[in-house]
Amino acid sequence: MRLAEHKYRTTSRIAGQLLHVEDVHSARIGEVVKVIGPDNIELEGEILEVTKGNVLIQLFGETRGLNLENADIIFTDTIRQVPLSKDILGRRLNGSFKPIDGLPMFLASEWRPARGYPINPVSRLRPEEFIETGISAIDGLNTLVKGQKLPIFSCAGLPAKELVAQILQNAKLRESSKSFAVIFVALGLTFHEYSFYLKALQDIESEFAAIINMADDPVMERLMAPRFALTAAEYLAFDHDMDILVLVTDMTNYCDALREISNARKELPGRRGYPGYMYSDLASLYERAGRIRDSKGSITMIPVITMPEDDITHPIPDLTGYITEGQIVLSRELHQQGVFPPIDVLPSLSRLMQKGIGDERTREDHRDLANQLYKHYAKGRELKKLEAIVGRDGMAEPDQLILDFAAEFENQFVHQGTHARSIYKTLDMGLEILQTFDLVSDSFLEKQSKE
Amino acid sequence: MKTVTTGKIISISGATVRTDLTGLTLFERVSVGEQNLTGEVVRLEKDGTVLQVYEDPSGLGLDEPVKGLGVSLATTLGPGLLSVMFDGLQRRLDVLADKTGSFIYPIHLDSSLDLKKEWSFIPMVKDGDIVSSGDKIGYIDEGPFQHPIIVPPGTSGMVENISQGGITLEETLCKLDNGTEILGYHSWPMRVPRPYKKKISPKEPVITGQRIIDFLFPLARGGTSIIPGGFGTGKTILEQTIAKHADVDIVIYAGCGERGNEMSELIEEFLELEDPRTNLPLMERTVLVVNTSNMPVAAREASIYTAVTLGEYYRDLGFHVLLLADSISRWAEALREISSSLEEMPGEEGYPTYLASRLSSFVERAGIVETLSGDIGSLSMILSVSPPGGDFTEPVTQSLLRTSGAFLMLDTTLANSRHFPAINWMQSYSLYKNILEDYFKENFSGDWQTLRNRCREILHKEESLKEIMEIVGIEGLQEQDRLVMTVAENIRSGFLAQNAYTDDAFCQPQKTLDIIRSVTEVYLKGKTRKA
Repeated sequence: MRLAEHKYRTTSRIAGQLLHVEDVHSARIGEVVKVIGPDNIELEGEILEVTKGNVLIQLFGETRGLNLENADIIFTDTIRQVPLSKDILGRRLNGSFKPIDGLPMFLASEWRPARGYPINPVSRLRPEEFIETGISAIDGLNTLVKGQKLPIFSCAGLPAKELVAQILQNAKLRESSKSFAVIFVALGLTFHEYSFYLKALQDIESEFAAIINMADDPVMERLMAPRFALTAAEYLAFDHDMDILVLVTDMTNYCDALREISNARKELPGRRGYPGYMYSDLASLYERAGRIRDSKGSITMIPVITMPEDDITHPIPDLTGYITEGQIVLSRELHQQGVFPPIDVLPSLSRLMQKGIGDERTREDHRDLANQLYKHYAKGRELKKLEAIVGRDGMAEPDQLILDFAAEFENQFVHQGTHARSIYKTLDMGLEILQTFDLVSDSFLEKQSKE
Repeated sequence: MKTVTTGKIISISGATVRTDLTGLTLFERVSVGEQNLTGEVVRLEKDGTVLQVYEDPSGLGLDEPVKGLGVSLATTLGPGLLSVMFDGLQRRLDVLADKTGSFIYPIHLDSSLDLKKEWSFIPMVKDGDIVSSGDKIGYIDEGPFQHPIIVPPGTSGMVENISQGGITLEETLCKLDNGTEILGYHSWPMRVPRPYKKKISPKEPVITGQRIIDFLFPLARGGTSIIPGGFGTGKTILEQTIAKHADVDIVIYAGCGERGNEMSELIEEFLELEDPRTNLPLMERTVLVVNTSNMPVAAREASIYTAVTLGEYYRDLGFHVLLLADSISRWAEALREISSSLEEMPGEEGYPTYLASRLSSFVERAGIVETLSGDIGSLSMILSVSPPGGDFTEPVTQSLLRTSGAFLMLDTTLANSRHFPAINWMQSYSLYKNILEDYFKENFSGDWQTLRNRCREILHKEESLKEIMEIVGIEGLQEQDRLVMTVAENIRSGFLAQNAYTDDAFCQPQKTLDIIRSVTEVYLKGKTRKA
């Protein structure tokens, strides 16, 4: 340990965001480095590799204008840390964690490493508290719970951001948590998308903080922004007992940035050029959601992913699906039918739903109803394929009934437009549609009549 | 044992560290840097050594000390392992939580076992007896088990000063005439299979309580099943359901690179649920080895070796052990990351070329054996695989197919129609079905094989009729074929599907046979009437 900064001018190579420095006396992995170039360019970087005196530095920010001769490299002897304070709420910061709302930086009450530490599995608390999103296809069939990570798998051109905005406006915890806040992470967004989200955030009553990396901002910051945001989220959730909803959009841009940086480091490419460690890297973000025993707070995470080529087996949605606790899948077909939100409930899934619904959480008949709706709708979709071959008239009457049910389910239950539905309304509506087509199971009716 | 040697760090790249220290041995355990991070020797060179660090290397600096510890990365074995949750390096996660709170920081922990706890030791040998490797010198009562204390492999001699009654694991239980002290615990290098007298061929099944597995694709004691499936196909639920109900003495559950929330759920459930055989919480027959996806990758690679060494230890004590690993793909990915950071030449899909041989030598550690002391013990494995994009042609699935005895393919289409367990009955297979036939015949029913064939026949017929039906509709089928479709539908929904959240989660083999018999009876009647 040196406990002092020291300065070098021995840069031997600059390639993209990577910088090699020679004859460094002592350096540590992860140490923060400042680079001061000509015309007062000031950049930050982090040490990736140390071999004898040679150091490989990963720079954050735009490297244009740097040269080998005039770059001062300052080794700060500190690990990258995030300033934390409750004052972050209401602020907008960029991917280097600098304010972009014209106000000065808040005073930090604590500093923590951006990378974070893994939550000890024995200290985790099982997520089980229902969050009402006001969207029937989610609340009714793919319920979100506090501390869950539930991504939205979208396709280019589908209204994912409108869906997210709607969730933001409606999302309230069942017991209307007093200290609820949103942390919004924009990764590689265009101005158009950004202003849409910002307006949505300003329309909600809850407090929020935004970490913004725009489409033309440095790629490296795209990798840091979610880490800063999650470190702040952990601080607010676990030190201040707040319920934090972290909204990250778009993770596809994040993964592409990861691929770009990995390639610059000359690492071996994996599937479709993405690095082999992408699973672990994504896990180091997603797994920071959850609840712990020592605190009343929680981190719930909704990442948005645009599936390249609408392909759910593409590495980005694939690896995400292996880590997150389910997924909400949007469907182009439903969108073309004019259904909003175009959620396809069949491939969608919430793994933590079972614990979050039922008597004291939502309503006793929730599980039973959800199963019946799902079962008949799945059957209906299968019959639709048959209908395309034999035509409606060629089908047996009970099958035609199921077909009508499926259409009604899409047009009434899933298609709700922009207004929120309470969970009770969602469940009542589900039951009503089942009743219309006389599809309520006998065992369900028996249970109901007993009460 | 070698003495501790010290050197310095000369280069660091991620978790791969080079030191000027020489004279180390391959896979020797090292302590790296001022924080004493755990590491392992992965490559020896003329003027230095390459190390793999198993913890977060942030803040590690040049010239920091490296100590060779003279021992391999080892697993500590003895009483007190049951119901504990360890990380991939066998550190107790509950002790870690006491020390560092809810988040894991790199920290040095002394022992995997509680050495201060008092146990009651009952000797089975007396002074003057000759003992050798694997012999039981006595036992300690641990929960529902009598935990035998065995002479560590490679040790033998004449017993002196055997103790009795209250002891801690630090105390010597007895001395041998050659001066060796035998304690209540010993360590074993995790990458080395533990010795046994001989392997025997499996004859009995592991009853999992899952109808489709026990009846169609059974697993033998000492065998290996693999469960590949894309995300959302229910691998984890299936593994956990089997962990709850399988008729084995000890369950080792390795959560390798998976979700943290799943683990907390598992612990809660295992503490609540009772083992019907002992009426004690399931946790008391379970050891958990957990390295979630966000914990250090290198320790993830080590975690399955920790788990299998624990399994072999209980096998050597004469127990029937089931090792469940979720998921082997995450282990393979950790291997790939390590290999890539060592700049090794990659093979298929970036995995190192030794992937297949590492996997097969791991799977070979399963088996039913005659232990060194002459008992019968077994280690069976059920390994889940997470193929990218649900594509089974990838290297991990393909390597495992060559070494495992049963293949339980999880099907996304079944999972999407909420048919669980989503095991595809057309593609899955078990190589154990013939050797287990006699067992089922003797213990359950003489017509096991007949019923099995009948069930498969109906399912096969349904498969070929399905396409026709899609075009002509069920009305267009002949009466006989319509019957097949109805019976097949009953088999699928009433027999193959099983709800893991109800009492139906476990089904006794006898009941399994009764159900399939009654479901297929209609078919048989219809068939004879026709004839």
